[in-house]
Amino acid sequence: MTGDPLFADGFDWVVLAILVAKAVIGFTIVVVGVIFMIWFERKVVADMQNRIGPNRAGRWGLGQTLADGIKLIFKEDLKPDRADKPVFRLAPYLSVVPAFLTFTIVPIGGVFTGGNDGGVELFGRRTWMQVADPPVGVLFLLAMSSIAVYGIMLAGWSSGSKYPLLGSVRATAQMVSYEAALGLSVVAVVLLSGSLSTHDIVAAQAGSIFDWNVIATAAVPFVVFCVAATAELNRPPFDLVEAEQELVGGFHTEYSSIRFGMFYLAEFMNTITMSAIIVTLFLGGPAGPVLFGPPLIWGTLWFTLKLLVFLFIFVWLRATLPRYRYDQLMDLGWKRLIPLSLGWLLVIGAISIGRDAGWNRPLTLVGAFSLGVISWAALIGAMRVAKLRRGGDEFGELSTATERVG
Amino acid sequence: MVDTVVFLVAAVVILVGALGVIFSRNPVHSALMLVMTLFGVAVLFVAQGAHFLAAVQVIVYAGAIVVLFLFVIMLLGVDTAENLSSEPLAGQRPAAAVVAVASVGLLAVLAVRAVQVSTGAEATTLPLDSERSNIAVLAEVLFTDYLFAFEVTSVLLVIAVVGAVVMARRPRPAATDELEDDGSDGDDLGVERHTQTEAELA
Repeated sequence: MTGDPLFADGFDWVVLAILVAKAVIGFTIVVVGVIFMIWFERKVVADMQNRIGPNRAGRWGLGQTLADGIKLIFKEDLKPDRADKPVFRLAPYLSVVPAFLTFTIVPIGGVFTGGNDGGVELFGRRTWMQVADPPVGVLFLLAMSSIAVYGIMLAGWSSGSKYPLLGSVRATAQMVSYEAALGLSVVAVVLLSGSLSTHDIVAAQAGSIFDWNVIATAAVPFVVFCVAATAELNRPPFDLVEAEQELVGGFHTEYSSIRFGMFYLAEFMNTITMSAIIVTLFLGGPAGPVLFGPPLIWGTLWFTLKLLVFLFIFVWLRATLPRYRYDQLMDLGWKRLIPLSLGWLLVIGAISIGRDAGWNRPLTLVGAFSLGVISWAALIGAMRVAKLRRGGDEFGELSTATERVG
Repeated sequence: MVDTVVFLVAAVVILVGALGVIFSRNPVHSALMLVMTLFGVAVLFVAQGAHFLAAVQVIVYAGAIVVLFLFVIMLLGVDTAENLSSEPLAGQRPAAAVVAVASVGLLAVLAVRAVQVSTGAEATTLPLDSERSNIAVLAEVLFTDYLFAFEVTSVLLVIAVVGAVVMARRPRPAATDELEDDGSDGDDLGVERHTQTEAELA
């Protein structure tokens, strides 16, 4: 509960230099990560669709992203006549900045086992291997993801064109809806770790694989978080925001040149950051066996490997799944994920109270689960009754849902 | 030294934002300026060690309430500068003047009598408990001493959600066939957004 030990001995120039260095390194990691992630996504999707993918710029097309970036910088920057100029210029930054800021709370390494607290020595100062460790930790993640909504919303509105506006309205509703499920699944993790700080959450998962939150919370919050995170990222199968068959290009239709590039950058930054957050919250962050050599390197290595798995899964989802319909999306978010994570949270709460108070463990489990099943049944029953009362036939639900969405 | 600089920067941001809310001709710009003010206040909270309050300020106010404002502004199509030469609601301007004078007077009294007028306690930046974080202390107080107030608040929010849903529901199609396509989708969406945000708060 002490936060980063960097500030233990007051604030001086060395501390400031370390802070700046950490911020610069963190930013570099994310930007370089984005460059390779875009290449990786294009290559993997190409492979899955029996194509070759980018192969002209550099070896295996590795320089493709760089070439695209340079091209975007030198392209003409168009501004629509009816655009709201200041907001139009502001929106891309509002997308990029939260995308990076979220990454600052991710511990990318450190040794947490054997009595170590995950600190590293730098110029005689101890510090964590993350840019910042705010006491509100995970809440910072939620705050940033609610700020990220502004970038998309304002981009769509300020373009002064109807397709971007529709895209951004969809995006905002989607992101705000799934934030609730996201937050509720995080609460389960916080409950077990007893702290909001990402450093403490990772420290609580050090040790065996059974301490990892994905197992300790019995996988349900993990699944909910992954689904909600995909929706937050507006990635397939939840990419209604940029459904090109309906909305041209979505909220960034009117953007060109490097302003479009910034939305692109933000999207991939968010993908990397969310994967990193999933690894941190549920898969122990840098936790993993040390095979040989210095343990510090292994922490970062395991973290990177776990990160790559999730990055691959996100690409995989994009290459294989069809897009959700809007009413299905809202249905999944509000009627399934939120009740599920809320119920699971209560079960976990009951079990941890029972553990502290010394209740009979199997009995607590059975009681909590049967209560959960009963409430689930009650919820389903209430929805059925409501549907019957509305006089909904087979298509009744669909038509009312689409009408409501407008 | 650091505290003073942080305060000055945050104060400038807050004041510029507050003035911007009033003087912007476009409602969307006003809402954005409001976000800027809220951020400035959040920074001040952090400077005072109230991290939780700062996070909640950003999540609830900037992330939910102003987003709701923007939704309503965008969907109801009032995002253009309005003609302010005539008074939209009679009696508002004299009333506003009275409230403004009263507020300034109150602030002046506080400034003249200096410190300790508002709460009787000196400003402090110390944590509530040196052993535990503020969040743990806050949670304990909230779920023991103030549990009743906390639960009553949540019931209030549930009532608001239920009320909004009841009002937003269309009359049965069988009874009112002619209302089927009255094109009131925009209003519907606005109200629905309201319920979602309230649900989030709860």
